[in-house]
Amino acid sequence: MADNIVIEINNLSKKFEELVVLDDISIDVKLAENLVVFGRSGQGKSVLLKCVIGLLKPDEGEIFIDGQNVMKMNVKQLNEVRKNIGFLFQSAALYDSMSVRENLAFPLRKIFKMKDDLIQEKVVNTLKLVSLENAIDKMPSELSGGMRKRIGLARSIITDPKIMLYDEPTTGLDPITSQEISELILELQKKLNMTSIVVTHDLICAEIIADRAIFLRDGIIAYEGEISNLTSKDDPFLNKFFNKKIEN
Amino acid sequence: MELPKLKYGANLSFADKLYNFFATITSVTKFNLEFIKQVFIPPYEISEIKKHMDELGVKTFPIVTITGFIIGLVLALQSQPVLQRFGATDFLPATVALSVIRELGPVITALIFAGRVSSGIGAELGSMRVTEQIDAMEVSGINPFKFLVVTRVIATTMILPLLTIYVIFIALLGGYLAVILIENMTLEYYKNAILFSVQFGDFVPGITKTFVFGYIVGIIGAYKGYSAEGGTEGVGKASTTSVVLASLLILVFNTILVKITLWLWPTI
Repeated sequence: MADNIVIEINNLSKKFEELVVLDDISIDVKLAENLVVFGRSGQGKSVLLKCVIGLLKPDEGEIFIDGQNVMKMNVKQLNEVRKNIGFLFQSAALYDSMSVRENLAFPLRKIFKMKDDLIQEKVVNTLKLVSLENAIDKMPSELSGGMRKRIGLARSIITDPKIMLYDEPTTGLDPITSQEISELILELQKKLNMTSIVVTHDLICAEIIADRAIFLRDGIIAYEGEISNLTSKDDPFLNKFFNKKIEN
Repeated sequence: MELPKLKYGANLSFADKLYNFFATITSVTKFNLEFIKQVFIPPYEISEIKKHMDELGVKTFPIVTITGFIIGLVLALQSQPVLQRFGATDFLPATVALSVIRELGPVITALIFAGRVSSGIGAELGSMRVTEQIDAMEVSGINPFKFLVVTRVIATTMILPLLTIYVIFIALLGGYLAVILIENMTLEYYKNAILFSVQFGDFVPGITKTFVFGYIVGIIGAYKGYSAEGGTEGVGKASTTSVVLASLLILVFNTILVKITLWLWPTI
């Protein structure tokens, strides 16, 4: 394995009953690289992310993170690896019963056992990064969709992860907010030097973020390369996918 | 902890239903075993347990106060004519006290607790499951089973016996109100009649079984919520089936525990 490869996925397969979602997928993601994963709905993009983080168990294949095989780890070892990974869920998955402050403080208190004054300082600083320091005492139900995504992002990065996994970070947002979130992701990635996998349908988001992209179709990687190569490719399927997105 | 997936659909075959039946038994067993394992592993989340004891238990006080008072009142009102037929109205305080302490207090409190708390836990955890909040907890390295399930089940197991003792006291007050309405009894007589007829042994099986009922309320609500699937419909199902199943199990276990108690201590 090359030294600068942070995430290595080898021959990964996953099926649900008879439906094959991922079929012998292999992906390498380099240090500080942003890999965008495209694909139509139900093509296994989120499943791929959940396999990487250990929320789903693949049927076959291996996943290495920083050279460690996560498939062979017990829960304790996996949780150690997870300390270095941030995950932004499609719905942001903020804890409804906690305020924004408590949402952000939760992993610091529970996992990193930090002291209260340090936690408060870190929470405020991280909220400044996503420009939402005024929302610190709001409850998730008081936040708009874009704010929820930003807070979700803040909660994901508050532990200073080396790796970020984004599950459709701009879905359901208007084009302007979507662009703002994409730029924020790129800015944070540059600032914190993170390696990222971004699952998205949003071409504008991908164009802002991606160093490289793959396209999942029928369980396999149908296309791979830079965004500009994918969008300019003379392929009826890709033309249909990207043109539709651009028109939208 | 991975639970077996159930099969869904409008037209499930007999084989699918049989599979679902055994998958559910396997799931519930695994869930209980996981609880027993996790309860001994630190961190013990004491502050979270206290929080749930307050939210799930203390906030149930108003409803059990009303219910307990009415049970005692109605029981005395109903028992008085029957005892009068046999010329035994002097035994009214003892009848009310023994019925409430040995059976009605623990069971009615548990059923009300199940209605309020089991559905609440089912809905809350179900909602957290379908909105990926439980997954979010897991990916951040926090054990969601420990934090969400174990703390709630310990809280329900600890708080129900306390609620039951309180309900028994309130029901006896309700009984006293009935007694002064229909019989010429003083509070002193009522109190002494109860103290004379009730022994410590009458309390033990009644209160002991509420630990089991509290566990049932917590674990069923948590299991249904934690394993919820299928969006808001799944949350609704988790909430409803939690109450139904918890209530049913309380009644079934009550029968078993009464039988065991009488088998172990026939004179009690």
